Amino acid sequence: MSLLTPSIKVCSWTQDFDAPASLATYVANGGYQALRRVITEKISGDDIIAQLKLSALRGRGGAGFPTGLKWSFMPRAFPGDKYIVCNSDEGEPGTFKDRDILRYNPHQLIEGMAIAGYVLGARVGYNYIHGEIFEIYQIFERALNEAREAGYLGENLFGTDFCFQLHAHHGYGAYICGEETALLESIEGKKGQPRFKPPFPASFGLYGKPTTINNTETLASVPWIVQHGGQAFLELGKPNNGGAKMFSVSGHVNKPGNYEVGLGTPFAELLEMAGGVRNGHKLKAVIPGGSSAPVLPGNIMMDCTLDFDSIAKAGSMLGSGAVIVMDETVCMVRALERLAYFYFEESCGQCTPCREGTGWMYRVIHRIEHGQGRPEDLELLNSVASKIGGHTICALGDAAAMPVQSFLKHFGDEFAYHVEHKRCMV
Amino acid sequence: MATLNIEIDGKPLQVESGETIMDAANQAGIPIPHFCYHKKLSIAANCRMCLVQVEKAPKPLPACATPVTDGMKVFTRSDYAVQAQKSVMEFLLINHPLDCPICDQGGECQLQDLAVGYGGSSSRYQEIKRVVREKNLGPLIATDMTRCIHCSRCVRFGQEIAGVMELGMAGRGEHTEVMPFLETQVASELSGNVIDLCPVGALTSKPFRYSARTWELSRRPSISPHDSLGSNIEVHVKDNKVMRVLPADNEDVNECWLSDRDRFSYEGLNTPERLTWPMVKQDGQWIETDWQSALQFVADKLKTFAPEDVGALSTPYRPAEELFLLQKLMRGLGSGNVDHRLRHSDFSLDEQATGGFWLGMPVTYMSRLNRMLVVGSNLRKDHPLMAHRIRESVRWYGELNLINAHEDEFLGKVHAKRIVPPSQLAATLAGVCVALAELKNQPVPAIAAAYLEHGGVVDDTARRMAASLAGGGQGATDGGRAVFLGNMAQHHPTSAQIHALAQEVAHLAGASFGVLGEAANSVGAMAVGAVPHHGPLRSSAIRGKNAAEMLAHSLKAYLLLAVEAELDTHDPVTALQSIAGADFVVVMSPYKGKSLDYADVLLPIAPWTETSGTFINTEGRVQSFSAVVKPLGETRPAWKVLRVLGNLLGLAGFDHNDSKDVLRDALGDTPTGNVQAYLCNEIGPVAAAPAALGPGLERVAEVPIYQTDAVVRRSPSLQRTLDASLPVARMHSQLIARLGLTENGRVSVRQTASALTLKVERDDHLPDNCIRVPCGHPLTAHLGPMFGPITAEPV
Repeated sequence: MSLLTPSIKVCSWTQDFDAPASLATYVANGGYQALRRVITEKISGDDIIAQLKLSALRGRGGAGFPTGLKWSFMPRAFPGDKYIVCNSDEGEPGTFKDRDILRYNPHQLIEGMAIAGYVLGARVGYNYIHGEIFEIYQIFERALNEAREAGYLGENLFGTDFCFQLHAHHGYGAYICGEETALLESIEGKKGQPRFKPPFPASFGLYGKPTTINNTETLASVPWIVQHGGQAFLELGKPNNGGAKMFSVSGHVNKPGNYEVGLGTPFAELLEMAGGVRNGHKLKAVIPGGSSAPVLPGNIMMDCTLDFDSIAKAGSMLGSGAVIVMDETVCMVRALERLAYFYFEESCGQCTPCREGTGWMYRVIHRIEHGQGRPEDLELLNSVASKIGGHTICALGDAAAMPVQSFLKHFGDEFAYHVEHKRCMV
Repeated sequence: MATLNIEIDGKPLQVESGETIMDAANQAGIPIPHFCYHKKLSIAANCRMCLVQVEKAPKPLPACATPVTDGMKVFTRSDYAVQAQKSVMEFLLINHPLDCPICDQGGECQLQDLAVGYGGSSSRYQEIKRVVREKNLGPLIATDMTRCIHCSRCVRFGQEIAGVMELGMAGRGEHTEVMPFLETQVASELSGNVIDLCPVGALTSKPFRYSARTWELSRRPSISPHDSLGSNIEVHVKDNKVMRVLPADNEDVNECWLSDRDRFSYEGLNTPERLTWPMVKQDGQWIETDWQSALQFVADKLKTFAPEDVGALSTPYRPAEELFLLQKLMRGLGSGNVDHRLRHSDFSLDEQATGGFWLGMPVTYMSRLNRMLVVGSNLRKDHPLMAHRIRESVRWYGELNLINAHEDEFLGKVHAKRIVPPSQLAATLAGVCVALAELKNQPVPAIAAAYLEHGGVVDDTARRMAASLAGGGQGATDGGRAVFLGNMAQHHPTSAQIHALAQEVAHLAGASFGVLGEAANSVGAMAVGAVPHHGPLRSSAIRGKNAAEMLAHSLKAYLLLAVEAELDTHDPVTALQSIAGADFVVVMSPYKGKSLDYADVLLPIAPWTETSGTFINTEGRVQSFSAVVKPLGETRPAWKVLRVLGNLLGLAGFDHNDSKDVLRDALGDTPTGNVQAYLCNEIGPVAAAPAALGPGLERVAEVPIYQTDAVVRRSPSLQRTLDASLPVARMHSQLIARLGLTENGRVSVRQTASALTLKVERDDHLPDNCIRVPCGHPLTAHLGPMFGPITAEPV
């Protein structure tokens, strides 16, 4: 496996090697060739964007926004600075794939960001790494130094007049800093509070300049696409859902971990790769895309393939690809209480519905879990959740509302049981 | 700027591109509920109350933050929009304490008002409500932070208007709290505006707390009697007592703001120190008497003096009608000894001036200047809202250059500054003038050239300032370049030189030239002729002594109109001596004060709330006001007192029926036009007269912000602010070392009279041969003049 082989292991191929994160490993196996070619042959940025559009690469951080389209939003002729920013905040509960990319394949991200810098006309890039994985941040800093010393970052790369500086920046422990505009605020040294959109980062981003922000895995996929072409990437997956994706499988499976598979792979296959539900237990529910994605009952999930369209049709989202598997021992009320607490704690507090609503929902669910539920609580929860969604500055409000609504929809009887019998059904 | 066609609630509108739905709705008079939006602050879009339905949008959009697009259809009251608005209201109410019965904001609360429309009559929230502990923000702003709905207006106000962020939102999620920095109060001179901004009762007025309900108050318009901006105010009155003062909107003057001084000075109106009965001193005892007797006594006594032995003094904080009648009375008696310029020391411009000094431009222009030079001004404290306008200029495209004797934080970017001892003010300005002339290839004005031998240095800073003033341009704005003189420049012993030099700089730079204006009626007092060298509107009149001359030696009699000699004058020691040595002193004042010591007659006159009158602000705006409460006790409007006195003295032309008659007598039928025609900053040529530079230490004195006039001095809440801290002696650390003092230790300073022991504070922004001791304060009143040598020694 190498970067030169158009395999399914788009980002995870270095894990087959000793010293996977080292520059030597990366370069020996095709690393930085795409960047060299793009820069020295002066390949047009429009062509690269066209390949990205063809590849159907969609944002791997959770929103799934088509990357080629996002890159095309950046203004071509702009007299000032422009920026490319990588969102490695990876706060979505259940997600730990970007961490492994930074740990095992940092150079592919660096190369991806340098290519992005070239295409977008950004001379400076930042990788925002969330503060909880400080050791990973240090690994990435080492990779940056390696790349700088070897001439893959800095002034006049490969003897051309293209310059690109990349810096790592770490956060301080806030989920909200994974929201792109809050992330920009955090880099600027301010409170990590999202900005309202419009204006969008492509016109007013970091320090007020046009900025493109992409997820770690999205940017790390770019060298592969440049190397093998958009069509090849698309064919790893299925139409409109191109490429491979790393799924962070956690929960009640025998082998939790990151698994990179092509989009469109049946969920049953991924589950098998992860060793199946832990011995002696049955699949009850799956959250397919991080805790902000609606939960799906196990049987529905088993019929799904792992791509944006199929899971959306089933009523959830592919999201960040964090697959949380729950077996029959899980009390859905208790699970939701923990999730609701997360959003309550992580809300930035700027806008009214999220600031007040997450606390409200958490308190109601907490009461239900502790045997103090009231008959009107279930309808109240749904009502409150529906009043948060769509009314907030950023998606955290929606992310807080969706678990509540989906848990009640699919497992409402457990909640009703808690309210009526003041104890758990499980 | 394209014009777009949109529809709001079915109503077609034309709006400029770049505007928001909220802008368009405001123009069309369509109300959209909101909390965090404020027309003068940046957009936050965090309250979400203004969510409206926009055709083809997948979710409701915040009207304040959504730019209009061509063909947009907006529905602010559709079911969809109202559902969103109601849901936000429900969320706001879940943690909001049910404090209405005990909350000052009740009755004028935006949350209450919108809850009527968008809130439910009962709450579905049956959980614990969060509580937030109180913060101490100082003596002016009371906090009940549990009520805060996190609109962030107070935070944005600090950042954008006050120039300093004193309140911030710390914490995340439900634990978000608005709070000051640790261990600090809110100290900005504009801080009281957050009381108006806060849509709920989280930030309220501490002096006003619990004293009245909003519906009990009558609202009466008036004009602020303090600084020269002439802020429009609304005085709220209950049972004939002034309960509080709020700003009245006037885009061209104070926008929607008030300085804290204007807002809280009213407390000084109702102190026990008020003089409520006419009093006459007989055999060393003060006897209360009636007006008839008192005025007859005064008239009889005044007739016994030769006109040139009587002097009339007032302050520029009194209404124009009184000042006019004061000078008319004196001139009727045959004396030109009338003046209001108590803090001035250089009157030589009286001959050179061709009109009354004023700002030189409309106040609104101050927000759009791109090159400024301000000389001798304590900008923020002397003119809080004008400083705010200059900050706006600086924020957008302006360069501000300062020449002053001390440097206080301007709270904006200063392009270049020279901090020099007061005696060097003129020389420094001359240096800039020379640099500018060189830059423009123009001949160096004679007055500036003379200073080159006397400390006028053309150094890098002077060149930097010159380059700044030569640059900029009109651009698309009506701003441009301006040179301003502040209060200190006017009070300065060589103010004529400074004025002449500043005029040359303005000419060379192609800049507007103006005087910032000391007091509410500085312009008015000149315009109505309350000066010794001309009559109303520069008509010729009997001439007499100026304020300094009247106070240098004792006259036989003084007629003092609301003057507190030990606090209002340039040299309080000499002034008090002179007044105390007179045979007959009549004090007309709202307060007793120290005049009990030296007066022979005390006549209670009305403060501005108890009389009608007129102030003319620094741009020449004639603003008349009526009384808002009845006079206290036997207090009378001063213009009436002077009119009766004029009658009793047998003078002609003292039969005005109301204050409007007086104003017409003073300024004619078209006061605004006549005043405008009278205002002119241009002076004739002034010969250079560089002052000798003494070897010793110099005093740097400013009037503290809350000591400017009699009323504000007696406002207890303002006197408890940080700005009203007891005077200290500020010195550069090198001077402290040279004098053998210790920082935070004690020093004994002396000018002409007694020594004064003060605390030593370090201020490395001062020149190292200056000691900064404020004037105008009871504690420093017996030191000496505002400018001049000062000595210091360890205690």
